[in-house]
Amino acid sequence: MSAIIKQHSASPDAAALVADQPLVTGGLDFGGITEKVSGIVERKTPKAWWLAFSLAASVLLMLVGSIGWLVYEGVGIWGLNNPVGWGWDIVNFVFWVGIGHAGTLISAILFLMRQRWRTAINRFAEAMTIVAVICALMFPAIHVGRIWVLHWFFPVPNQMSMWPNFRSPLLWDFFAVGTYFTVSTIFWYVGLIPDLATLRDRAKTRARQIVFGILSLGWRGGNRQWRHYELVYLMLAGLATPLVLSVHSIVSTDFATSLIPGWHTTIFPPYFVAGAIFSGFGMVMTLALIARKIFKLEDIITIGHLEKMNKVMLVTGSMVGYAYISEFFMAWYSGNIYEAFTFVNRAFGNYAWAYWIMFLCNVVTPQLFWFKKIRTSIPVMFVISIFVNIGMWFERFVIIVTSLARDFLPSSWGYYAPSKWDIMIFIGSFGLFFTLFLLFLRFLPMISMTEIKGVMPEADPHAHGHDGHAAEAAGGEA
Amino acid sequence: MKTLAILADFGTPGALLHAAEKVRTAGYRAFDCHSPFAIHGMDAAMGLGRSPIGYIVGGMALLGASIGYGLQTWVTTTAYPIIISGKPLYSWQAYIIVTFALFVLFGALGGVIGMLRLNRLPRLHHPLFYSERFGRVTDNAFMVSIEAGDPLFDETGTRDFLSSIGGTNIELVKGD
Repeated sequence: MSAIIKQHSASPDAAALVADQPLVTGGLDFGGITEKVSGIVERKTPKAWWLAFSLAASVLLMLVGSIGWLVYEGVGIWGLNNPVGWGWDIVNFVFWVGIGHAGTLISAILFLMRQRWRTAINRFAEAMTIVAVICALMFPAIHVGRIWVLHWFFPVPNQMSMWPNFRSPLLWDFFAVGTYFTVSTIFWYVGLIPDLATLRDRAKTRARQIVFGILSLGWRGGNRQWRHYELVYLMLAGLATPLVLSVHSIVSTDFATSLIPGWHTTIFPPYFVAGAIFSGFGMVMTLALIARKIFKLEDIITIGHLEKMNKVMLVTGSMVGYAYISEFFMAWYSGNIYEAFTFVNRAFGNYAWAYWIMFLCNVVTPQLFWFKKIRTSIPVMFVISIFVNIGMWFERFVIIVTSLARDFLPSSWGYYAPSKWDIMIFIGSFGLFFTLFLLFLRFLPMISMTEIKGVMPEADPHAHGHDGHAAEAAGGEA
Repeated sequence: MKTLAILADFGTPGALLHAAEKVRTAGYRAFDCHSPFAIHGMDAAMGLGRSPIGYIVGGMALLGASIGYGLQTWVTTTAYPIIISGKPLYSWQAYIIVTFALFVLFGALGGVIGMLRLNRLPRLHHPLFYSERFGRVTDNAFMVSIEAGDPLFDETGTRDFLSSIGGTNIELVKGD
């Protein structure tokens, strides 16, 4: 027995984590976690959900209508012009893909780093990723104009004997984002299987038994299943980690491989990835604060979790700020007059208003998180998370539009403003996002019950002790 | 109605871990330990080796990467040789991204399909589901199951054995 005790004291990280900041508060035990999380999807639909869902679905309807008109009439209904051939469509694409990144960061990278606090937020951050990537994929699909020949993206033999251009970053994007969507979805689903089995076993009606019975694939929670399951989950995390870092890097090559001043820079891949994680955490924070309040999850998503997320935002926000400043430095240091002009124009030209909104939201506001009072104040962090969302949308707008609007020859300069269709499709994409996300909240467990139970102190097989000694040792440590 | 398996409760993860060791030492082979989450150290306690899933993921990932690289090489040099922005027909640098994407895609899909195959899932029905109480293993129960197919299985003998190592609520699972 003493060997076990030694082993236990030799790994003080878990014990210390449990000792100074419990991951689950409110005295919940295993059964309490099941009841709390499953209860949400089993109770009668709350009125607030119906209200939110009807609003989101109405906005989604606007999106469907706008896209219908877009397909019928063509991309001419947007505010695009010469020289600004990429407008809100691509801004929104990059915005939504970026938001997805936080979910994968939380589910994969924090998993590999053994950050056990991730268990409270990983499930719905992953769901947010999938929904955000659906919104993102919509934009390149509709911006091609002739949406009915979209399958030309795929490398499939066809009657024209034509193949896609594998040297184009636009095709890389298709593969990167497509893979990202597929892998995120299966990662999320694999994580869901044990929880779906919990819902199956609690089902009161025949319909729920059948639906959750099929979805849970016959999961029995035996260790002969767990051992394969746990290893594949680790492998998926290992695959998703380089994937998430690559996706936004590849999105950034859409810009970086071109010759446009302001786009043609090597800083783009890391700068885009940091921005993506920053914006994604902003969105996770916004959603988590609302869900936590409505579904009374304060014992599971504790203030400690929120504070850690704010620290991530502080770090990634600082990276983004550093990137903005080093872009300016490089524009001057390169001695390239086009590059220098582009950056002076961003900050003081026609679009200076957008630049300074971006700068204030992304660089100045996250710095407030240096103060513990602010990191732990829910109203303040809610407001800051909204600012981050706004700021990161403007970042993409600034990068794309200001660079295109000032072509090399002043005779080709232009100014871009969105049309009402651009605006309706952008707002409509939030309708799509919230409709799908609300369906997830209503029908699937939004918190991973299995993983939460696994990080509770009583889940450690040596916590209670088999003969009392280990329990004493654990007590002594605490 | 014949007896298909036997189920016993062990209240905590620690108790289940020890029960697993004892069931294995007693010589049973067709047994399993059910819990709401994976228990650290259970593979060793049950005498199970490392899951082979890593080889499946690795093999499939390499297959995906080869398909990606091979397809791009064939398309750009043989099937549709067009010079674009003065680049050579065989421009391997540009192929890396799609190769990587397919590496990840095949590895992930292969891993999940491999996991399901190794676990013989989906299998919507299983003898243990005849038990009313078995559903609690996805909530807060920790149970040992021994299948009637095990050569050492004996209704009364196995029941007494499980009881002697601390099992409670012992239940013979019967079905058709």
